[in-house]
Amino acid sequence: MVVTNTTERKPCLSGRGVTKVFGFGNQKTVAVDHVDFDFREGDIISIVGESGSGKTTISKMILGLIGVTEGEIFFQGQPRDIKTHRKKQEYWKGIQAIFQDPFATYNMFKKIDEVLLDCINMRGGKNLPKEEKERLMTEACSFVNLKYAELTNKYPFELSGGQMQRLMIARIFLLKPKILLADEPTSMIDACSRATILDMLLKLRDEINMTIVFITHDIGLAYYVSDTIYIMEHGKFVEVGKADDVILNPQAPYTKRLISDVPKIHEEWDLSTV
Amino acid sequence: MKNTINQAFHSPKFVFGFVIFAIMLCLAILVPAFSKADPLAMQAAACYRPGTYFSIADAIEAKKYNLKMDIKSHRFDKTLTQEDKDSMVEWLVKFGNVEESEIPADAEEFVVFWINNYKDIKIKGLTNAKKQYYRKLTAKLSAMLKTSDIVIAGEDPDTGELIEENKIEFNSFTNVNDVTVRKTFLLGTDNFGRDEFIELCHAVGTSLKMGLLAGTIATIIGLILGLLSGYLGGIVDDIIVFITNLFTVIPSFVLIILISFSVDQSARGVLLVGIIIGATSWTWTTRSVRSQVISLRNRDHVNMSKLSGHSLIRIVFEDILPYIASYVVMAFILQISSAILAEAQLSMLGLGPATTKVATLGLMMNWAMSAQTPLAGQWWAFLPVIVSIALVAFSLNLMNTGLDQVFNPQLRD
Repeated sequence: MVVTNTTERKPCLSGRGVTKVFGFGNQKTVAVDHVDFDFREGDIISIVGESGSGKTTISKMILGLIGVTEGEIFFQGQPRDIKTHRKKQEYWKGIQAIFQDPFATYNMFKKIDEVLLDCINMRGGKNLPKEEKERLMTEACSFVNLKYAELTNKYPFELSGGQMQRLMIARIFLLKPKILLADEPTSMIDACSRATILDMLLKLRDEINMTIVFITHDIGLAYYVSDTIYIMEHGKFVEVGKADDVILNPQAPYTKRLISDVPKIHEEWDLSTV
Repeated sequence: MKNTINQAFHSPKFVFGFVIFAIMLCLAILVPAFSKADPLAMQAAACYRPGTYFSIADAIEAKKYNLKMDIKSHRFDKTLTQEDKDSMVEWLVKFGNVEESEIPADAEEFVVFWINNYKDIKIKGLTNAKKQYYRKLTAKLSAMLKTSDIVIAGEDPDTGELIEENKIEFNSFTNVNDVTVRKTFLLGTDNFGRDEFIELCHAVGTSLKMGLLAGTIATIIGLILGLLSGYLGGIVDDIIVFITNLFTVIPSFVLIILISFSVDQSARGVLLVGIIIGATSWTWTTRSVRSQVISLRNRDHVNMSKLSGHSLIRIVFEDILPYIASYVVMAFILQISSAILAEAQLSMLGLGPATTKVATLGLMMNWAMSAQTPLAGQWWAFLPVIVSIALVAFSLNLMNTGLDQVFNPQLRD
């Protein structure tokens, strides 16, 4: 996928020297180690790395769910300020997430309607008439090929994993954030639903013009969807660049290894490198 | 919620516990509702056996019936135990120079034979106690042989002469229902002469109320501290964990004793004892709620709720509390049962509620113990109380285990 003029667009999310340290003293673990990044508006960015490389930690820091030990994150050119709850609420209107495990993402005690209503309320639609709210929810559901009439009054655990993840996309459709952090959104879904979900995300991105940050361990998927790829190893970005450059002409040895680890259907697997 | 309750009633353990608990609860509610009398009113002298008591004067005046019945042999059958018979035969063979074959089998003939042959003499090899026993037995048996009528006489106030007023024939009977003045003590009376059964029903109710109060206090304190410490973390967590550890390290029972001791006896009611027990037993609830919340607070659904802009209170109530509710309910049930036991222990030491106002299970144990009823063999003063305490605690624990099986399907067999 080739996107032109990426360099001319201004970054909507940047980080300078972002660090996260867990624990203290002898048990100190540096999960993310002084990383810099610039996510440009409208891009699809992939952060690729294996388990434990700090992908999820950096995504949670970007979301403001955990604190930053050191460094600063800039949101739309300004230093991010999420000190009070009100400011956090404001920040989350601009940045949203889809998590890895659809079964763990939903509160099992809340009906699906409530999840979608929350989104409408967050967008300031609290005082809309009931019919209008229902119209919005129906629209969001039909965007992800779900029927609102079938979902209403149901609990999340009555849906399949793919349906739950699609409902998450419907949620994003209602919220219309500037940036979407998708933390391995397809890793718990079977291969057939995976393509559907990815297509929906890309369609949504075109529809509301948002930036998507994919967090994934699947370098093939990253190449398929993204404009820019960040390769992460042990809490550091070892290689950053346009998708074509990184995949077709990898510089860092870690990137080369990641690419060689991708199983190819027509070849015999070489397990010696693992 | 509906589903959970439905499931709970399919767990045999829960149902069994619930039935026992419901029976205890019914006794505690219905009996006080139907008998308005003060349960602590003294109605008799100390420690009467369970049974129906009726006025002898009324029985004399009551309608007489004649039954065709061999009263004498009936008396012997009822009162002469096999043990007595054996020891009588033993005496006769050993000291009375009688062959075993000479002894008649019929009860009445046997008694006559015994009275003719028994001699109250000094015999070597017979302890004093044993001799006393034979003497008493003989007196009792010879009284039973009497068949004469009984004359009731009144005294003439002027002459002091006895005038026959009523005569009760040897074989006259009366129907118990014809005697109007009577009183049934289902479980006898305690050492103060109170109706043990009524008192026990009131005591079960009071103890349950006290347990409920203590359990509620302990659960609320434990829940709030556990939620705060688990969800907020950081310095709040450190402080709460420090306080919790402090309370855990000091045995709570010692703490209860010290607090109860420092409160004036007259001010110490059931309410206060409940509060004292509740305020010292919250530590385990706090610890378990805290650990549950810590594992919950980093789950994706909580993160999602945060991203939806929900406030802290809303997240705690909507995303955390429902997930630990089952656990809290179980902890609550255990707290009730342990509070009832703690009150019983405290009252046994004489540090329970003030002794003149209400009866609790622990106080009844205390009274029974201080009157030395176990030594006197007055089982009705303490055994029903012990059984009640055991049943209440057992049924609550059983319900807890049943719920555990419902909430943790892995435990199901």
